[in-house]
Amino acid sequence: MSSAAKRALLAPVVDDNPVTLHVLGICSALAVTTSLLPSLYMCLALTVVATLANTAVSAIRHILPTSIRIIVQMTIIASLVIVVDESLKAFAFETSRELSVFVGLIITNCIVLGRTESFASKNRVGLSFLDGIGNGLGYSVILILVASTRELLGAGTLLGYAILPTVADGGWYSPNGMMLLPPSAFFVIGLIIWAVRTWKAEQVEKPEFRIHEVHRTEAL
Amino acid sequence: MRPLRKLLDRAAPHFEQGGRFEDYQALYEMVDTLFYSPPDVSRHAPHVRDAIDLKRVMGLVVIGVLPCAVLAMWTTGYHANLAIDELGLSAPTDWRGALMAALGIGHDPNSIGAATFYGMLYFVPIYLMTLAAGGVWEVLFAGIRNHEINEGFFVTSILYALTLPATTPLWQVALGISFGVVMAKEVFGGTGKNFMNPALAGRAFLYFAYPVEMSGESVWTPPIDVVTGATPLAIGAESGVPGILEQGVTWMDAFLGPIQGSIGETSTLACLIGGVLIVYTGVASWRIIAGVMLGMVATAMLFNAVGSDTNPMFAMPWYWHLVLGGFAFGMIFMATDPVTACVTNSGRWIFGLLVGVITVVIRVVNIAFPEGIMLAILFANIFAPTIDHFVTRANITRRLRRSV
Repeated sequence: MSSAAKRALLAPVVDDNPVTLHVLGICSALAVTTSLLPSLYMCLALTVVATLANTAVSAIRHILPTSIRIIVQMTIIASLVIVVDESLKAFAFETSRELSVFVGLIITNCIVLGRTESFASKNRVGLSFLDGIGNGLGYSVILILVASTRELLGAGTLLGYAILPTVADGGWYSPNGMMLLPPSAFFVIGLIIWAVRTWKAEQVEKPEFRIHEVHRTEAL
Repeated sequence: MRPLRKLLDRAAPHFEQGGRFEDYQALYEMVDTLFYSPPDVSRHAPHVRDAIDLKRVMGLVVIGVLPCAVLAMWTTGYHANLAIDELGLSAPTDWRGALMAALGIGHDPNSIGAATFYGMLYFVPIYLMTLAAGGVWEVLFAGIRNHEINEGFFVTSILYALTLPATTPLWQVALGISFGVVMAKEVFGGTGKNFMNPALAGRAFLYFAYPVEMSGESVWTPPIDVVTGATPLAIGAESGVPGILEQGVTWMDAFLGPIQGSIGETSTLACLIGGVLIVYTGVASWRIIAGVMLGMVATAMLFNAVGSDTNPMFAMPWYWHLVLGGFAFGMIFMATDPVTACVTNSGRWIFGLLVGVITVVIRVVNIAFPEGIMLAILFANIFAPTIDHFVTRANITRRLRRSV
């Protein structure tokens, strides 16, 4: 695998992660992560859509007039989303009901349009395909982390299996109700971003302005 | 005091750069400045210095909150002893009961000393847990960032401890204060840079995370689980002021304190005494307090005038709103936090009004939340910078117009 291909596939997982670095796709990350199973389906759906949309847009990039490119990209993405949505309804009806509108909302997921616009319309089909998978993976990593944390702390279960026996079932763990409410996803994603940027300091953004700050210990 | 100074001076070199404990410089600084004023002099103009600094400001708030704390201990113990008495039980079997039996203090609800001591055995562990858990985070962040540990944390911790029900499990106390200190203060850069009151943020975290332990009927009276005591505010939400009076709670009871509720919120009088102190010393803004009062009175009267057949809270007059729940405590100690409230004088009025109005709206209209002051203050905190911005802009526009 060439280095460009490796970069397209692996960079979005940590170094160029769509959620933690670009802060895209947050709405679905907040809405579907109360438990792990629907999140897994959501990750799968988004990865499929992002990969196929990237490939399709890249394949027609030379014949696509610039003035209408966004409309064409949206049409491609929308068609793919409908296919994915219908397949979910056919094969995983319960989960698809739980995900409700959020599968349909992949159409407006910033990650998908962002990648077709900024990557697929400028790169070869093979690279675009890998980039789609990579970004799907990057999104999935974060979604799975958030969903596992929320389901484990909020209900004491993972994929429905009891991991921490709750007080209601005679165990010792008091579930944290906050974790089942949408704000907790903000906190968890925020903490993940904090951790990633501590680990990879080059991801820290430059401050837009600086408050004058001299501490007494420094001034002495 | 001489030996103390000598001791501190002898210890100082170890905490300076290159010393054995240089990582713990912040801790030394904290102890040193607690007893003595810092020796450093200003190097640049302006050289104006005031005797009151952050440390004294925070110290005054802690003193202001003490009447609440003392009365709170008595209320907690009084209710516990009353419940023991009514049920005809002997002493409780936990460590508190054992300690009190060993000291020969009974459970007579009429004895002020016994009740206060018993309540203290509930409040002090919660407070110590708050100090320990929150303190670890404070020291950790101060150490990493080379900040001082400042007394803001003592205010946060005592306010936080007073907003909890006496029966809160200690691990939840630790979790809540950790959330308040880290997520509401330290991630934004520490004291002075937080936009939300850390004590309230921690309390709100517990409220949403563990609603069973934070609200409802069984959490207010230790130690006997079978005694349910809804707070008068919750009774009011069910059946209005007549319902409260039916429970034998008069307005005077609610004003003075011996009612059900979180540890520190029950006595409006104690809050007012503390309020007089912190307003008189200039720590709290009287404009904010007046704004909250005004907003609350106006909104309560509006609801009284509108009326409702199904919701008894519509009929609750403003002087009941004042004494029930955490209104007085929040108005005096939480809303006036100089960091998270507005800093312009007009802004303070608007900020206060916003808190007062939203508190009553949540109490009356929202059936899910009997208490509204916590969410109202957090909500107003978010808008404080915006309010200040527009007040400043308006001032600039006004003065520009003058100079044409």
